[in-house]
Amino acid sequence: MTDYSKYEIVVGLEVHAQLQTNSKLFCGDSIAFGAEPNTHVSPITLGHPGTLPKMNRKAIEYAIKMGLACHCEIERYNYFARKNYFYPDLPKGYQVSQHTTPVCKGGYVTIDTPEGGRNIRLNRIHMEEDAGKSIHDADPENTCVDYNRAGTALIEIVTEPDITSAEEAFAYVSEIRKLVRYLEICDGNMEEGSLRCDANISVRLKGESRLGTKVEVKNLNSIRNVKRAIEFEAKRLMDLLDKGEPVIQQTRSFDANNGTTFATREKEDADDYRYFPEPDLAPFHLQDEFIERLKQGLPVLHKERIKNYSSQYQLSAYDAGVLTEEKALADFFEKIIEHTKNYKAAANWMLGPVKSWLNENNKEIGGFPLQPEKIAAVIKLTDEGKLSFSVASTKLFSSLLNQPSKEPLQIAEEENLVQQSDVSSIEPLIDAVLEKLADKVTAYKKGKKGLISLFVGEVMKQSKGKADPKVTNELLLKKLKS
Amino acid sequence: MRQDLRCHKSSFRPCNSGFLLRASDYLCFMEVNDKLVDKLARLSRLQFSETEKAEIKNDLQRMIGFVEKLNELDLEGVQPLLHMSEEVNVLREDEVKGSVTREEALKNAPAHDDQFFKVPKVIKK
Repeated sequence: MTDYSKYEIVVGLEVHAQLQTNSKLFCGDSIAFGAEPNTHVSPITLGHPGTLPKMNRKAIEYAIKMGLACHCEIERYNYFARKNYFYPDLPKGYQVSQHTTPVCKGGYVTIDTPEGGRNIRLNRIHMEEDAGKSIHDADPENTCVDYNRAGTALIEIVTEPDITSAEEAFAYVSEIRKLVRYLEICDGNMEEGSLRCDANISVRLKGESRLGTKVEVKNLNSIRNVKRAIEFEAKRLMDLLDKGEPVIQQTRSFDANNGTTFATREKEDADDYRYFPEPDLAPFHLQDEFIERLKQGLPVLHKERIKNYSSQYQLSAYDAGVLTEEKALADFFEKIIEHTKNYKAAANWMLGPVKSWLNENNKEIGGFPLQPEKIAAVIKLTDEGKLSFSVASTKLFSSLLNQPSKEPLQIAEEENLVQQSDVSSIEPLIDAVLEKLADKVTAYKKGKKGLISLFVGEVMKQSKGKADPKVTNELLLKKLKS
Repeated sequence: MRQDLRCHKSSFRPCNSGFLLRASDYLCFMEVNDKLVDKLARLSRLQFSETEKAEIKNDLQRMIGFVEKLNELDLEGVQPLLHMSEEVNVLREDEVKGSVTREEALKNAPAHDDQFFKVPKVIKK
């Protein structure tokens, strides 16, 4: 048996994020996912002779936004290179990539660990174009190629070998996903491949300063699989070292069905990409003012919002964490509290009725029918004692969802939901109840104070649930004292 | 083989950062032999007969000799010329346009069906 505690894991991650532009990096084909094969292609995508690529302005902005959010240095003088290799999903025979001048250099991403925040250093973030898709099982004789994806703008985010466990890798990819979604530059959908991750994994004896031979694991199509693959692969490498067997530098693929990896390519026959500057694309130079403008336009990111929610709104760390999972959810919450100072109630509404509705209807907050102002108005009604939370969150909420343009108070009145809190309407009910339950009143006065809830319940029943329980309680106590 | 093929590394100044090599720098690392021809053939997925290989070797030798001429120049302090035009920031707006129909896209392909381009099987199972 291998003593795993002798070893340590060193991981570097490469994350490819498809930029959420409308069109491709160097031409106007749509990048929409799921289209019929080979319908989002142009002569530029297909690499026909005589075509000239032209850079998408939006893609540059998106790449820089990610760099700014990751504390990178932004390269002012950029040009593209050709990475030459022959593969059918690459129509031109080369991939256009920012090989020599990555637009973002250095920087770091802070991940959450049980010991607190830890910075994972980045090596670079660069732009490049995506390849097409090869389909191997549709035809027994041939490989079928779909070039819809070819030329889609990607950023590749490369870490230093700073990650020391599968859990940290999980936290890192989660953080990257959250960042790109907050910045609205990538939808972060790993199943559809908008976010893809390759892991460079090596192990070494603790205390050893040299890195061990690394293995690259590809095909990690969920954050959980990133973790599973690293766990499996690190163990496999430690077992090899323990037996004194050599680690071969190779590319491996993760099989999600059984949680193992298998070799797909030996690296002995080293690739030779013969990079050279792409002559067809003009370089792009960035001005400080342009970068500054992008910096000013960055949204408040989740980490800062969590801090604000705890310090300014006194929300629990848990509530703040759930509210900031998605930017749109956090934005909605912040819209509500523009209209109410009851922050805790706003959080409860978001995490309770609103989230349940979204889950039940399988919708994002963007598809929620009510405006944040309406939720604030409902909170006002409960704060004023016009409605109990339970009536508001069930009867009023569901009526409101059916008539989203109506004012909550109007609906509450129309449906007779407003509680009676005026003494004159509740008092007669109380008197009647106390008269009916005279023996219980005697028992109460002799010390059975628990009977108060019976009286309240009975008054509520008589009022068909509309008596304000707080007012009822107070009135009852007063009457029973005399 | 040819001593004078060696690079004058001291005169090479990469612009910005990185490891950009001029064509002459790159080619001068190579000795044109069978191994090199085989490697280039493999990278380009081409196959030659022995006679063709001899011809290609000869051609390559002459091409490299031609480019090598550039090494005679003193390029101290000269930035590599990456682009023939002075233009920078030639950008387009992020708009969807310019796609062709699938029929048009597939028309020139040597092998295709009504949906896909077809190529020889890439992975063996």
